[in-house]
Amino acid sequence: MAVLSEELRKQIRDQFPKYPNKRAVVLPALHLVQDSLRHVSIEAVREIAELLELHPSEVHDTMSFYQFFKDEKHQLGKHRVWVCRSISCMLRGGEELLQHMCEKLHVHPGQTSADGKITMEFAECLGACEGAPCVLVDDEAHMNITPEKADELLKNL
Amino acid sequence: MAEFQPVLLARIGKPDSQSLETYRRDGGYEGFKKALGMAPVDVITLVKDSGLRGRGGAGFPTGLKWTFLPKDHPGPIYLAINADESEPATFNNRILMEEDPHQVLEGIAISCYAIKSKTAYIYLRYEYGRSYRALQKAVDECYAAGIFGKNIFGSGFDLDVVLHRGAAAYICGEETGLIESLEGKRAWPRIKPPFPAIEGLFRKPTIVNNIETMACVKNILDKGGEWFKSLGIPPDPSNPRDAGSYGPKLYCISGHVNKPGCVELPMGITARQLIDEHGGGVWKGRTAKAVVPGGISMGFMSASELDTPLDFNGPGKVGCLGLGTAAITVIDDQTSMVDVLFNCARFFSHESCGQCTPCREGTAWMHKILTRIRMGEGQLRDLDLLNEVAGSMGIIPGTTICGLSDGAAWPIKNAIKKFRPEFEEYITTGKKTVKPAEALMAAH
Repeated sequence: MAVLSEELRKQIRDQFPKYPNKRAVVLPALHLVQDSLRHVSIEAVREIAELLELHPSEVHDTMSFYQFFKDEKHQLGKHRVWVCRSISCMLRGGEELLQHMCEKLHVHPGQTSADGKITMEFAECLGACEGAPCVLVDDEAHMNITPEKADELLKNL
Repeated sequence: MAEFQPVLLARIGKPDSQSLETYRRDGGYEGFKKALGMAPVDVITLVKDSGLRGRGGAGFPTGLKWTFLPKDHPGPIYLAINADESEPATFNNRILMEEDPHQVLEGIAISCYAIKSKTAYIYLRYEYGRSYRALQKAVDECYAAGIFGKNIFGSGFDLDVVLHRGAAAYICGEETGLIESLEGKRAWPRIKPPFPAIEGLFRKPTIVNNIETMACVKNILDKGGEWFKSLGIPPDPSNPRDAGSYGPKLYCISGHVNKPGCVELPMGITARQLIDEHGGGVWKGRTAKAVVPGGISMGFMSASELDTPLDFNGPGKVGCLGLGTAAITVIDDQTSMVDVLFNCARFFSHESCGQCTPCREGTAWMHKILTRIRMGEGQLRDLDLLNEVAGSMGIIPGTTICGLSDGAAWPIKNAIKKFRPEFEEYITTGKKTVKPAEALMAAH
């Protein structure tokens, strides 16, 4: 049975007119698949390749370059929570915040909470340095995060 | 001097600043209409004569870059917008995209007309979700209003603007890495030449420009090249390669200050003025030990160098790599430079794309050596070793394809040169400052 639903396939095909070739749709396709399935399995890579008229190894070559995309061994939780560890956040407690949030969820960075809800990760500079330390929930930045605010954020996910 | 009135940030913070309606009420897209009434070559000349230099970090003259496109090319020609803003401590483009997306889009439309491009791709870093949604809404509004699409304002000019999201990789900010990534490949920078203007995206002539540069282009159309050139600093006569630092600039202030933020000022303000007059001073009543002048790849200014003007020519005079993104990070006197440098080295070893051996190995070894020092196992000769590795990698020694490793080497060289006694004391007294969080990340 196919891994990609007809709806996902349609969303991927809808990207085609934006580019002069189908290979340029690799990143948009990987985003669509990962957003929906919370990982990109080898089978999904094969099906993306078929849609884009590429060899599966070409799609996998691209995918494996961006640590952002996860294979079936690294299934993501419902939400990804990233704590910035780069300079401006580090200077204002970013790493301590990461430790606090990992301890709260009993995970190491890269792992998902036992209830499957939250994958905790560290990030390099999130570009929200005026609000350091900063936390990204999926793709929304939350600024000036104290341990108390972090607890609140996690609770509401 | 009268207080400078922001231009690029003029609409930031106003109610509903993202909407087409308020943008047009403020005179939006009049500059684009004006451009459509001019010959494309005259728009290029206007931008060239304004003295505008790219805001992304390298400071290459924008109009001059546009003239590198082949003459009378049958097309397509592409404009690729670098919105992969990932240099640590830099967030000025995010503010423009989130709060005033139409200003950016108008600059893009004008630039496309000037270079005869019918398609612009905005390569946006994934982490900027709010920017993505603000830009997408603005793009949709433009299509609905006939500002993008076919035969715009009856001029016969067609334009499509496409948003393309990245996937959290710093190297995509390197212009040919960005192009490879947009083409659906790993973001390995290309060997140059050919430069993108000759053979870029999809093997076609391509101009890669930064978001803030686009906002500048829009305002040059509105206010004229003379206005732009009336701000900033003329070329330094002692530096024949300096093309001047004109116009307003967005400066980011972060780190140990009371009021971090983004401010717009004429080029050439000093780090001390940014800290004291715009950043609310160093926090907790402390003093600044060091300041990063424009993203960590530019290196460090020491406390005695804070009166250096932050124009394209200034930071180089005190041994920094350049102005970079003009994003200053303030480091207070209670912070260990060993910890700061470790943070920089870890960033670059994580973000090296792995294509060139000197960078892949060099960044990893610098990270390892600094880890060792911070575990209390460093030796004095490690400092020379760090310098040796840093001196062997990059475009400047001629060993790599792109400048990532020059940026990785610079903070190492600067820190050891300017703060050597602190490093020596750290090593000889056997200090250890590794934090528990770092062990967690190392296990990752």
